[in-house]
Amino acid sequence: MSLAAVLAESVTRPVFQDIGWLGKTTFYVVSTLAILVFAWGWWRRAAKYRRGRPAGRAGVLRAGLFGRPFAGVRRREDRSSVAAVAANSSIIRRDRGTGIAHLLIFWGFLTAFMATVILTVDYDIVRHLSRLITGHEASFFHGPFFLVYTFVVDTMGVALLAGLVYMGVRRGLRRPGQLDYTRAEQPEGGYSRGRLVAGDWVFLGLLLGILVTAYLLTGLRVLSQDLPWFTVFSPFGRLVADGLAGLGMTPAAAASVHTVVWWVHAALALGFVAYIPFSKAMHILIDGVNLLAHDRSATRRLPAPAPQKAGYSEIGDFTWKELLDLDACTKCGRCHDVCPARTAGAPLSPRDLILDLRQWVDTSAGGITLLDRETRTDATGPLSPNGHSGIAGRVVSARTLWSCTTCMHCVEVCPVGIEHVPTIVQLRRRLVDEGTMDPTLQTALQNLATQGNSFGKSARMRARWTRELETPIKDARKEPVKYLWFVGDYASFDDRLKVNSQTLARILAQAGVDFGILYEDEWNAGNDVRRVGEEGLYEMLAEHNIEVMRNAQFEEIFTTDPHSLNTLRNEYPERGAAYKVWHYTELLAHLIESGAIPVRPLGYKVTYHDPCYLARYNGVVEAPRRILAALGCELVEMGRNRADTFCCGAGGGRIWMDDSFLTERPSENRIREAVQLDVDNFIVSCPKDVTMYGDAVKTTGHEDRLRVRDITLLVSEAMVGPVDPPGALVRATA
Amino acid sequence: MSNDVLVLAERVGKQITDSTYELLGKARELADAWGGRAEVALFGPSEGAEQLGGADAVICIDHPALSDYVPEAYETALLHVLTQRAPRLLLLSNATVGLDLGAALSVRWDAPLAAYAVDLAVDGDALVATTQILGGKILAEVELGGSRAIATVVGGSLPPMTPAGSAEVVTLAPPAELDSSRMSVLQVFEPSGGDVDITAADMLVSIGRGIGSQDNLELAEELAQALGAPVSASRPIIDAGWMPKTRQVGKSGLKVKPKAYLAFGISGAPEHLEGMRSAELIIACNTDAKAPIFDVAHYGTTVDLFDLMPALAEKVKG
Amino acid sequence: MRIVVLMKAVPDLVEEIELTPEGNDIDREFLKFVLNEWDDQALEEALLVKEASGGEVVAVGLAGDADIDQSLYTAVAKGADSAVKVIGEATQTHERAALLAAYLRENPADLVLTGVQAPDDLDGQLAPMLAAHLGLPHVSVVVAVAVGEGAVVVRQEFAGGRSQEVSVKTPAVIGVQAARQTPRYAPISRIRQVMQSGALPEVAVAAEASGSGLRVRRMYEPEKTSHAHMLTGSADEVAEKIIELIRARGLVKG
Ligand SMILES: Cc1cc2nc3c(=O)[nH]c(=O)nc-3n(C[C@H](O)[C@H](O)[C@H](O)COP(=O)(O)OP(=O)(O)OC[C@H]3O[C@@H](n4cnc5c(N)ncnc54)[C@H](O)[C@@H]3O)c2cc1C
Ligand code: SF4
Ligand code: SF4
Repeated sequence: MSLAAVLAESVTRPVFQDIGWLGKTTFYVVSTLAILVFAWGWWRRAAKYRRGRPAGRAGVLRAGLFGRPFAGVRRREDRSSVAAVAANSSIIRRDRGTGIAHLLIFWGFLTAFMATVILTVDYDIVRHLSRLITGHEASFFHGPFFLVYTFVVDTMGVALLAGLVYMGVRRGLRRPGQLDYTRAEQPEGGYSRGRLVAGDWVFLGLLLGILVTAYLLTGLRVLSQDLPWFTVFSPFGRLVADGLAGLGMTPAAAASVHTVVWWVHAALALGFVAYIPFSKAMHILIDGVNLLAHDRSATRRLPAPAPQKAGYSEIGDFTWKELLDLDACTKCGRCHDVCPARTAGAPLSPRDLILDLRQWVDTSAGGITLLDRETRTDATGPLSPNGHSGIAGRVVSARTLWSCTTCMHCVEVCPVGIEHVPTIVQLRRRLVDEGTMDPTLQTALQNLATQGNSFGKSARMRARWTRELETPIKDARKEPVKYLWFVGDYASFDDRLKVNSQTLARILAQAGVDFGILYEDEWNAGNDVRRVGEEGLYEMLAEHNIEVMRNAQFEEIFTTDPHSLNTLRNEYPERGAAYKVWHYTELLAHLIESGAIPVRPLGYKVTYHDPCYLARYNGVVEAPRRILAALGCELVEMGRNRADTFCCGAGGGRIWMDDSFLTERPSENRIREAVQLDVDNFIVSCPKDVTMYGDAVKTTGHEDRLRVRDITLLVSEAMVGPVDPPGALVRATA
Repeated sequence: MSNDVLVLAERVGKQITDSTYELLGKARELADAWGGRAEVALFGPSEGAEQLGGADAVICIDHPALSDYVPEAYETALLHVLTQRAPRLLLLSNATVGLDLGAALSVRWDAPLAAYAVDLAVDGDALVATTQILGGKILAEVELGGSRAIATVVGGSLPPMTPAGSAEVVTLAPPAELDSSRMSVLQVFEPSGGDVDITAADMLVSIGRGIGSQDNLELAEELAQALGAPVSASRPIIDAGWMPKTRQVGKSGLKVKPKAYLAFGISGAPEHLEGMRSAELIIACNTDAKAPIFDVAHYGTTVDLFDLMPALAEKVKG
Repeated sequence: MRIVVLMKAVPDLVEEIELTPEGNDIDREFLKFVLNEWDDQALEEALLVKEASGGEVVAVGLAGDADIDQSLYTAVAKGADSAVKVIGEATQTHERAALLAAYLRENPADLVLTGVQAPDDLDGQLAPMLAAHLGLPHVSVVVAVAVGEGAVVVRQEFAGGRSQEVSVKTPAVIGVQAARQTPRYAPISRIRQVMQSGALPEVAVAAEASGSGLRVRRMYEPEKTSHAHMLTGSADEVAEKIIELIRARGLVKG
């Protein structure tokens, strides 16, 4: 045939080849049914989300859809965008292979879906409408359009196939640990996740089945039409046809088999449509929305408790986004893999937490997942009956909830924008309200309530570490200063850290920095108190600090503690205290680079541990590295660095709780990672880290191989110029 | 006004308690100073009276209601003795019995009471008690005016008296009120097995990583046994699984407040100190003279624990 | 069953305690006051009794106690049915006992629980003194309370791990050493809620004057060792000295 024929628009393919009127009718009835089931399923899900509270994400959604077209495409950002969703960047970012496979499936599937939609529009709408209006049946499904369509669908189908095969091999043969569904918390009565596994395979199998039958159909049709020339536009379909012909199939045989395969294909496809809202396949629709509604800053700046409630106890307490989060999880296991609590042998896995909550919420709202659920012989955990006794402590055990260090690694790595930490804190708020907590935590909270510090020391002792300084530190309550130094509990009260604080004071004084502290009026900033779930106490601490800061005269703040930094920087502004807040490493980096602190090279071989609250929460990763570079230290990075840093285990109030049940403390895990590097200094920039890692080098027996040192001490060691002999600025303590 | 001093005897089983002898020693001293008599009240079956030589008299009351320690019955009986004998001073232990009876009798016998006394002395006409308040942070010297007084004395603060000879036994008829009782003892529990409660111990032998290995734990156990004190430990020992969690002292373990805390090979990390700094007496053994444990310890030594522990054990066993 | 828990504010022992210029009392002016820890135990035990056997728990403090409101509000936040302040001031237990006895005569309780002691009750403990005023039976150093028919069964503890179970006819006064469980936590937001729900009622009572009859000559801090006194010599010599030290405290015999 010639180009003219093409242009004459005669090339096309029959839509219902050899399907009689009975077949057609059956097909339409079944399709309608499938679509109805699909719609019902989504209606049920939507009804569930509507039970959730408002999430305040309208702005985020709007920005994701229209505002910042490329947000989150190349770099992780707080928010996502349509482009980032389309590019699958959140999946590719931490696992290129799987990400690209998913991208192929994503676009392959979308193409197949669009192809079906186009066909429907042409065949069921354009055709009927034109007949009604003009009396002639019109169609655009032929000629050049048809050829382009055929070509795109055919090649994208192969992309889809490649992606699916990759995933199948990965899941079935390579079996990476993160796809192992073994629970972190082993329920007493046992459990089975066999149906979860079955759900995965059914999902993969359905897609593959639909795809394979589609190619088979093309091949059979092409063969039955005796291989017309234009079928080169579906090269892979043609390949199948050639293959079938090679196997000795005649066009007539192909035509008869075609009908059977057509029905199989139709059944699979329609079955899949109906299956979507009741299975893992729902993520196809949910996860894009979830990503667009995702706001990473919700972890940094925790949401308030539900009005009139102390933490979550029923479905209606969740926001719709949090409910959507539960359905969005694809069990990719990335969070499970990185979670320091899980790694340490705690009963918490963020994945399990989400899955348990999903199953419980689903079941309580009417039970609408088919395969993708855990089974147990007793009604515990996610199978707990829907009652009034709450979720925290029952659906998710108290121990599990208390295991979280709020390190945010789960939120960071989750490819679908799930925000685990706010949900965990909301559930903890409930535990706090019921008083279900470690006695040591209770003591810490009581100390914080009476003395403003967790040490149980008198508030008046807070600035005691300054007594040994030659030059007293200015009292920011009494005289104006440029910087307010928010010292924090650990740097103020822990005897081991006194030296660090004194050294920092000395360095800053020598560099001519104008700074002051709040003396006994500084209270714990409340970051971890808030993450423990004691919102009332957090409010009390924050209100006090804000009141004191209002009456002090300063321009900017710097903190020693990254935890304090987080709440001061991100949460205090909501309470009317918006200041510029720096971390001392940022200040030191600036002072060294501007020449205010002259340094000589030290030549150490060091590694640096990024504190979660500094690096992951607040993106401060370069300042400490700049300091180390300026000090002429060779920095050997640990595998888990910057935003992917591994938690020391102290955050979220864990430092106040018993950790003896852990098989390996996160801090010990980290030290073991560091000793592999053959460095002599383990540099930290968080006071809690000095204690946590100082302890861990001892308990792992690496005391003589690795020195845990605050970066301040390195700076002090490297300072040149009128350096006073050590101790000269320290008054004799006779 | 008499110049006698009365002590209430306490018994465990048939054995007069150490605290009774401590009180008796002081009673003897004060009575001698005043030229009065040192008397002991002994309730229930009079066995034990023979152990109270050194007192001038043992005042006995026997009645079925007094066969166990029943707070109400003891109070009735003691008030009876007080009215009968009219001593100038009543000495009680500042433990359960003294806590039950002292303050009540202060009202009912109308006498001032000095609680938490660690010492008593005669100063001219006055009786002066030194008492320990606010968790031992403050000592107060108080004068007990009037013609009668009560003091409850903290165990272990006075040297016990060694009984010698025998005392006159005076038996009083039980007061009628003993027949009508609002209180009865249902059951008595003797200390049971299970793991010891280190927070309840008077003394602790506490070990840290300086102990080196699990095998060396024996040293500590031997010493502890000799001293009749349980072994406690710093966290690394518990982490290593050498001892149960119930023995851990510190921030993430238990807070203890024993009368004596003997620390061997413990550096004194703040987390550890948090759990034991309010012990009344802290003695630390650590080869590192700069170990922070010495900042809270009352007594310290840099002798090697492997030398010191056996030496101590041997000496205690005598 | 009406259970009254008597609560007292005492100096926070984490603070440095200062003395008055006369040196015969502690300087209360700048001191921080907290709830007596044993009263907290008593409250917990009262709440446990209420949970097990029903009844009404009323927390009672003296209006003159510094910072007592906080403790009373906290008690309500924890589950007490109400809290009351008795008008009056007392630095000595004798005065306190007289005031509270007057209150309890007018507002009788079936069970009165309070801490077995307070760190500053120089002139004696409240529970027995109060019981003596009211003519009620009392037991101190109690670690568990259970309610029976017209009586309570309490577990009283002695040194060395011995204890006994005593049945006491109600009304009775109990000095609590420890509750069966760690005192529960009261979330700050709930305490704040209670605070917002209104001021604490105050009751005036007619109490007869009463004093302790004690005269404080002086108060002082025990000698502090900022650094341990170092024992030197051979292991044997050091062992000898250590044994002397513990023997002086009556901890080893012989
Ligand atoms: C969040 C957190 C909570 C913690 N909670 C607790 C807690 O509850 N309790 C607790 O104890 N710790 C706790 N720790 C651990 C604490 O920081 C210390 O690591 C621990 O107390 C050290 O124990 P140690 O003194 O036995 O060991 P080390 O610090 O190693 O001290 C051993 C000492 O033994 C001395 N020594 C060695 N050989 C001899 C010898 N032959 N004779 C005499 N002396 C010798 C050494 O000089 C050294 O000072 C916690 C830590 C963290 C981070
Ligand atoms: S925040 Fe950290 S500890 Fe908590 S669940 Fe997530 S990864 Fe685990
Ligand atoms: S929560 Fe996110 S990271 Fe974790 S398993 Fe689910 S999809 Fe993966």
